[in-house]
Amino acid sequence: MSKEKKKTRRKTKKKPTKRFDGRNPMELRPIKIESGVLPNADGSAYIEMGKNKVLVGVFGPKEMHPKRFAKPNMATLRCRYHMSPFSVDPRRSPAPSRRDMEIGMVMTWALEPAIFLDRYPRSVIEVYAEILEADGGTRTACINAATVALVDAGIPMRDLVASCSAGKMDGKLVVDLGDYEDKEGEADVPLAYMPKLEKITLLQMDGVLPPNEFEECINLAIEGCKQIYEIQREALKKKYGISEELQEEAEE
Amino acid sequence: MSGRYGIVSKLKRKKIHEVVASGNRMDGRGLEEYREIVVRPNAMEKADGSAEVYLGKSRVLVGVSVEIGKPFEDTPAKGVLICNAEFTPIAHPTFEPGPPKDDSIELARVVDRGLRSAEILDFDKLCLIEGSDVYLVFVDLYVLSYDGNLIDASAMGAIEALRNTKMQVYKVKEGKLELTKRTQALKLLSEPLAVTIAKIGENLVVDPTADEEEVMDARLTITLDENGNVCTIQKARSEGFTMEEIKKALSLAQEKSAEIREKLKRKD
Repeated sequence: MSKEKKKTRRKTKKKPTKRFDGRNPMELRPIKIESGVLPNADGSAYIEMGKNKVLVGVFGPKEMHPKRFAKPNMATLRCRYHMSPFSVDPRRSPAPSRRDMEIGMVMTWALEPAIFLDRYPRSVIEVYAEILEADGGTRTACINAATVALVDAGIPMRDLVASCSAGKMDGKLVVDLGDYEDKEGEADVPLAYMPKLEKITLLQMDGVLPPNEFEECINLAIEGCKQIYEIQREALKKKYGISEELQEEAEE
Repeated sequence: MSGRYGIVSKLKRKKIHEVVASGNRMDGRGLEEYREIVVRPNAMEKADGSAEVYLGKSRVLVGVSVEIGKPFEDTPAKGVLICNAEFTPIAHPTFEPGPPKDDSIELARVVDRGLRSAEILDFDKLCLIEGSDVYLVFVDLYVLSYDGNLIDASAMGAIEALRNTKMQVYKVKEGKLELTKRTQALKLLSEPLAVTIAKIGENLVVDPTADEEEVMDARLTITLDENGNVCTIQKARSEGFTMEEIKKALSLAQEKSAEIREKLKRKD
């Protein structure tokens, strides 16, 4: 694996305009989102973001267990981020790590502002994200899929939450970092954004950036989020929207 | 599997029993009929080997990772096969996150025993340095959706994933390990497949759904290799089987495993 990467790195040095995987600096990886993929979940979504493959299932709103954790005035959102043992090389233990816990928590914070939690007092909404294959930027992929899964579960929302990262690699600002850029790059800024409400709901950073570049990264990530937002809407329209044929018929 | 998969109402339980007694199934199948089986080999890129199996609405993703590690103390010159099952909470509303529970441990162990007792791999060849470094073959069963009969789906997935596993080859140079550029396929010596039979009332049905597992009186999982030899048997639940029933189940398993084997072959 590492040798393969070294080769690609050499290539990037020869052609400095392209990124190591052949993308332009402002180009997202190919994204595919599908909603309603799990028969037993209340809502679900599957996302492929580059080589990331994530399945998200939503259960609820349902009764909180144990009951003493229930909030009397609103629902609780619980997110769990979990990686399959074979999602990375070398194999990873299936037991939840500290990293998994933290990502689950920031996912909750990223999604909560979009949900009308006050509609379901005392209940809990559970979001389970299972990483089947990881390739950098899994938390952004999880948030993108979780939003679609929440809508699929029929939970009322203020806006969709789209998530994308930006960062710096070999001195250049790039958007939607892959695994290699995530590890070898100078900085990584994952961000989640509600395009209609114009609010940032997740902001983290790894690495070092001067303030002006940091601001630029945020702007780039927001641009990425807006593109992803459209893909999320398409995924939902595909399942719930009126197809073009029907619309034409209705107009006639 | 035990009774923690939600509750089936008394009416439904009665109905399932009646329908099975009349020689039919709730989903329109015959008693000795499997649901549709779809196998997707090489479903994941990062794993050394993988396969996804859809058995009706049940869905299992199997990943194989080959690593280097210490052998078991009692077999210092043999490679290691470890089977691990994970019930993801997205598979069913009653599956909860947390450490593995009885059912996932049973699933992993039954599949593991099937692979192990059929001597699927030549473990002597998976040894690099006796006592310290051997190949560890991890088979991870990842349950993505539950609608009964996870054992058969997992066993199929495990075979299919092991079949397309490409592991990196190490060599021993002056007592030290060295990674070579070569990758090598695992050589499978046999192909055990599991057939699960549920006893509902006086009848035996193959490939039970979640509801049928809930109302069944007993379960028998028979693992057979390609020559029809029995590799593993697991009887579950508190009802008993008569000798006739066991004999019938065994011949049923022979027939069904041959059928599944034929189906898996056609994919190649």
